[in-house]
Amino acid sequence: MNIEIRNGRVIDPQNGTDRVASLFIADGRIAGLDQAPAGFAAVQTIDAKGCVVCPGLIDLAARLNSIEAELAAAVAGGVTSVVVPPDADPPLDEPELADRLVHRGTEIGKARVLPLGALTLGLKGERLAELAGLKKAGCVAFSQATQPVVDTEALLRSMEYAATFDFAIWLQPQDYWLARNGIAHEGEVASRLGLAGIPVAAETIAIATIVQLVRDTGCRVHLTRLSSAAGVALVAQAQAEGLPLTFDIGVHHLLLSENDIGFFNPHARFVPPLRTLRDRQALSDAAAGGLAAICSDHTPVGADDKLLPFGEAKPGATGLEVLLPLTLKWAAAAGVELRQALARITAAPAAVLGLADRHLGVGAVADICVFDPAAEWQLSAESLRSRGKNSPWLGHMLTGKVRTTLVGGRVVFTE
Amino acid sequence: MYNPQLNKDGELSHLLSIEGLPQRILTQILDTAESFMEVSARDVKKVPLLRGKSVFNLFFENSTRTRTTFEIAAKRLSADVINLDINKSSASKGETLLDTIDNLVAMHANLFVVRHASSGAPYLIAEHLQRIGRDDVHVVNAGDGRHAHPTQGLLDMYTIRHYKKDFTQLRVAIVGDILHSRVARSDIHALTTLGVPEVRAVGPETLLPKHLDKLGVHVFHDMNEGIKDCDVIIMLRLQNERMNGALLPSASEYFRHYGLTPQKLALAKPDAIVMHPGPMNRGVEIHSAVADGAQAVILPQVTFGIAVRMAVMSIVAGN
Repeated sequence: MNIEIRNGRVIDPQNGTDRVASLFIADGRIAGLDQAPAGFAAVQTIDAKGCVVCPGLIDLAARLNSIEAELAAAVAGGVTSVVVPPDADPPLDEPELADRLVHRGTEIGKARVLPLGALTLGLKGERLAELAGLKKAGCVAFSQATQPVVDTEALLRSMEYAATFDFAIWLQPQDYWLARNGIAHEGEVASRLGLAGIPVAAETIAIATIVQLVRDTGCRVHLTRLSSAAGVALVAQAQAEGLPLTFDIGVHHLLLSENDIGFFNPHARFVPPLRTLRDRQALSDAAAGGLAAICSDHTPVGADDKLLPFGEAKPGATGLEVLLPLTLKWAAAAGVELRQALARITAAPAAVLGLADRHLGVGAVADICVFDPAAEWQLSAESLRSRGKNSPWLGHMLTGKVRTTLVGGRVVFTE
Repeated sequence: MYNPQLNKDGELSHLLSIEGLPQRILTQILDTAESFMEVSARDVKKVPLLRGKSVFNLFFENSTRTRTTFEIAAKRLSADVINLDINKSSASKGETLLDTIDNLVAMHANLFVVRHASSGAPYLIAEHLQRIGRDDVHVVNAGDGRHAHPTQGLLDMYTIRHYKKDFTQLRVAIVGDILHSRVARSDIHALTTLGVPEVRAVGPETLLPKHLDKLGVHVFHDMNEGIKDCDVIIMLRLQNERMNGALLPSASEYFRHYGLTPQKLALAKPDAIVMHPGPMNRGVEIHSAVADGAQAVILPQVTFGIAVRMAVMSIVAGN
């Protein structure tokens, strides 16, 4: 179906485009910018006056506990591709499970589903899962989600094996021993509230180990959810050395700190924990400087699992529908211009995944998000399509609202 | 900053933590407790302040001593007291904490005394009561995780005021396992709020929380230096399980460095008082000669504790 999106401010970070233009879509791809291709007749015209037209958002971490609701939430948030961590129940450690997930995603026909296969069976960090088989079933890379590989030899061998096939491994750097009993950043707030602490060393020790093994094996590694200034500095140093390392930051870690725990607010419990204002600043600088992708780390949690004392509440927040407005909120606070901010949730995650056709140039896949950058709305449980109503931002006013989302040239969401 | 334990008039509706309470409220509690001391000395040890009210002792973690003193205090205020040992009832049936609260509110509970292993649990209950519009039901924290034990903190302040009169000239040392101690956190907040100029924390690095200086505390690793010239020494209980990991090598090595002996006590001021929240481990954190000595005020602490808990319950139930 031929679609014209006209009058919108087209922002394409990858190609450096930022101007009011018309976009022409045919056969699921971008067929023209400014100029309609010869013989183009639009079946549908979308007036994007006052709106931004950008590539569809790519979320590097979203858990799909109830897949239909969550994929509907994704496109309502302008997210056209979701990377799904393997810590589902059961863990995604068999090709058949990955195959079924991809198939189900296609059937629902909303956002694209990009699963991460489990690196080890049952995410136990012991025996390798069938990586090649998982890859064939559609897994884009391999990960332990938040589970550690305690045995360093198992980590080394799995990186050697992945490097053999040029598979990428995604790891959340957190030392098992230093993090296992902790529930909050080991700092002033945890000391005051009597919460068991997780020191920054839990992150830096894990990064140092991984960096050394990347140096030895040449395995491509993506580090997920960095939380500390010291961690960012270590990764930046390794990147400068030319090692094949990328990393991402959860959007909540750009906006919140340990202080937001207040009086035991369970919505401020995250893995890794929210750290100090200084750490938050370093994460923000890394994102603003183009070093990292931003993701939602979407974790739908039932109300009963949050209405518990801080240490017993499940960590994480709903994210798919707030990734865009929270990224805009961060950009406004950090003085980051819109094109650079959108790059963190479009071009940067596309680069992590090695997807070369997720932009708005002619021939690229027509995954598109049209949003009103000035629209204000109040976040409420009712306003969320996700089953996860857990957010530290409930009741807050957010700016930026998605009007239309296209996946593969099809309109999958309109407000 | 929003403080969930104060009502809209700034009066104490729940006692969840000493932190964030103004000096005025701490002094009000201590003064009220003083007026109740006389009640406990009477033949008929009762006042009718909570007559017809129901006080529920919700102990999600065992504690005979604290529960008993709360029970006595509530009975002296003429309240009906119901003791619930939650380990043995609803928690094992999978009922959530807030389900339990809803049920007890339906039974017309007026005041919950809560002991829980998780830091922050009493906050969750107080916020829930606010959400369901029951600002007539009150919560008193009887110890939550490592976070706070505010009535213990207050009875410690009562004891100090009783023996030392004025807070503003004192040097107070808290010795031992501060990391895992809710008593220490409550004492620190109470002492600094009441104007004690020098609060010291003494212990090995493994038993001290990070950033204690941010709470206005001076840290000492050497006990001889830490208790030198102090007016008040608060000893903390050392749990046996601390010896299981890498926090400490043994009870005897701990006692050698951080146990309060008559020799070490001699370094403090001659009229220094020695306090302990109980139960004591004799020969681990305190020598029997000190525990039973003339400077120990450990048993008076228990007596004052009843008056302080009467004061707290009567104040929150009246607001």
